Amino acid sequence: MGRIEIPLGPQHPALKEPANFRLYLEGERIAASNVALGYNHRGVEKACEQRTYIEDMYLIERVCGICSHSHSSCFISAVEEIAKLEVPKRAKYIRMIIGELERIHSHLLWLGVAAHEIGFDTLFMYSWRDREVVMDILAMLSGNRVNYAINKVGGVRRDISEEQKEQVLKAVDILEERTRYYIDIVYSETTLIGRLKDVGKLSYEDAVRFGAAGPVARASGVDRDTRRDDPYLAYDEIPFNVITDDHCDVLGRTIVRAKELMESYKIIRFALKNLPEGDITTRSPRRIPAGEALSRYEAPRGEDVHYVRANGTDKPERVKLRAPTLANWASITNMLDGGYLADVPIVVAAIDPCISCTDRAILIRYPDSRNENLMDWNSLRKYSIDFYKNKGFNAKNIRMNIK
Amino acid sequence: MGNEETIKAALLQKFPQLEGKCEIIRQRRITLEVDRSRLIELLNFSCSELKFNILCTITGLDVGDDLQFIYHIANKEGIVMNVKTNAPKTDPVISTVLGIYNGATFYERELEDLLGAKVEGLPEGRHYPLPDNWPKGQYPLRKDWKPENINQQNKKEE
Repeated sequence: MGRIEIPLGPQHPALKEPANFRLYLEGERIAASNVALGYNHRGVEKACEQRTYIEDMYLIERVCGICSHSHSSCFISAVEEIAKLEVPKRAKYIRMIIGELERIHSHLLWLGVAAHEIGFDTLFMYSWRDREVVMDILAMLSGNRVNYAINKVGGVRRDISEEQKEQVLKAVDILEERTRYYIDIVYSETTLIGRLKDVGKLSYEDAVRFGAAGPVARASGVDRDTRRDDPYLAYDEIPFNVITDDHCDVLGRTIVRAKELMESYKIIRFALKNLPEGDITTRSPRRIPAGEALSRYEAPRGEDVHYVRANGTDKPERVKLRAPTLANWASITNMLDGGYLADVPIVVAAIDPCISCTDRAILIRYPDSRNENLMDWNSLRKYSIDFYKNKGFNAKNIRMNIK
Repeated sequence: MGNEETIKAALLQKFPQLEGKCEIIRQRRITLEVDRSRLIELLNFSCSELKFNILCTITGLDVGDDLQFIYHIANKEGIVMNVKTNAPKTDPVISTVLGIYNGATFYERELEDLLGAKVEGLPEGRHYPLPDNWPKGQYPLRKDWKPENINQQNKKEE
């Protein structure tokens, strides 16, 4: 049988973010595949070297739109380690609570995306509706639905009041009940099981060999979780279980994420109940003494790794970021090969890829382009307003009723 | 393998030349410096004997006349070893670790693209993370590199 080569992406309806796959098909089956990345490379690491630690906080928070708190906490832990800052316990707990809320928001988002990829749109709408509950809680605690900016060097920006505690606990109760229902679906709904079982296989050996991270690794039976193995913040004081599963397929990845939600509720309840009294921040220097630190953080998608080297000024010498998706890309071809073309969207979605995190672009015109002008922010804005005006839509004529 | 001290002792016994270059910087963090000719041997030993079988990432740095590479490897107990090695910019060649850590492809391509390292033994493939038509000889993470470099080079070519 002849082989057919199919390019998928970088822009494709089945992909939420740009990546490029070359799939070699024999009939409907994928005989070989390779992946190309970098379409979202923004030069964050270089930019960090040219900005102060305080500016970097804002930049790193924006490495990813979903796990923003993970990246900022990971970075800040490395900086605080170098500066030998003793972060108040209450601040550590608040960081942890926000971190777990973020995990809930990320896993619920994923569950919706995965359900949508397999055509189970009811589940998609349910889980995204429930996700609003946790988004509201995050907005209440931090002032924002995403990019919470709760961290600052030496502590956190906002405290959690008694009243807020009550509201978070109430929301967690609602979410827990909903999650029980989702776990029940994952174990009993025959169409879902039929669609996900034995799809995107990754054996235990391969998961270890290719260094898979997070729920992808745990769904292949790899018992690894940075929160337990290399505890940061105050995770060593909190009881929780590391969820693993031995399905080694997309179903396993779904089970692991659903069950991890339950663990997150447990952690939040415990942390709120045992929230230590005291300050939420400590004085921090503008200049960070020379030194280096490596910090690891279990983000919703797997392990974030940040390496920071300081040179005694107010700007870092080097900041290295590694997002969990990069670790999981190494095993993606392994999951695709041997499977069906129709399974590609769900297999890719099942590693919960976050390409912004992974690629971190340098905005430069193409070498072969004759155009000298780059579009700056103002001209881009003007372009978009004119574009819609030409279509007969003028934003100025719209009156909004804001209550 | 138990705690940090035992690991350090095991390393020093196998590689006496590490004396004075291996340090426990804090709980669960060990830093050591090794000559690039012994790098693969050391990583092999750490992976198979000391069970440091997780490659967290590889950091590349511009440290003046040299490029520095830090291999962050971890074990199941959460201990991380930062294995540093240097290569001069005039001869920035290091060997691939793919034989030990199969998932290292993207990390090593990143070193090639962003810092201009030559990773010996890394199979031919597409660029990461820079585009395929990125001009040759431009390494963004080198300290002397500025975005204007690209525009200048383009002018020259035109």
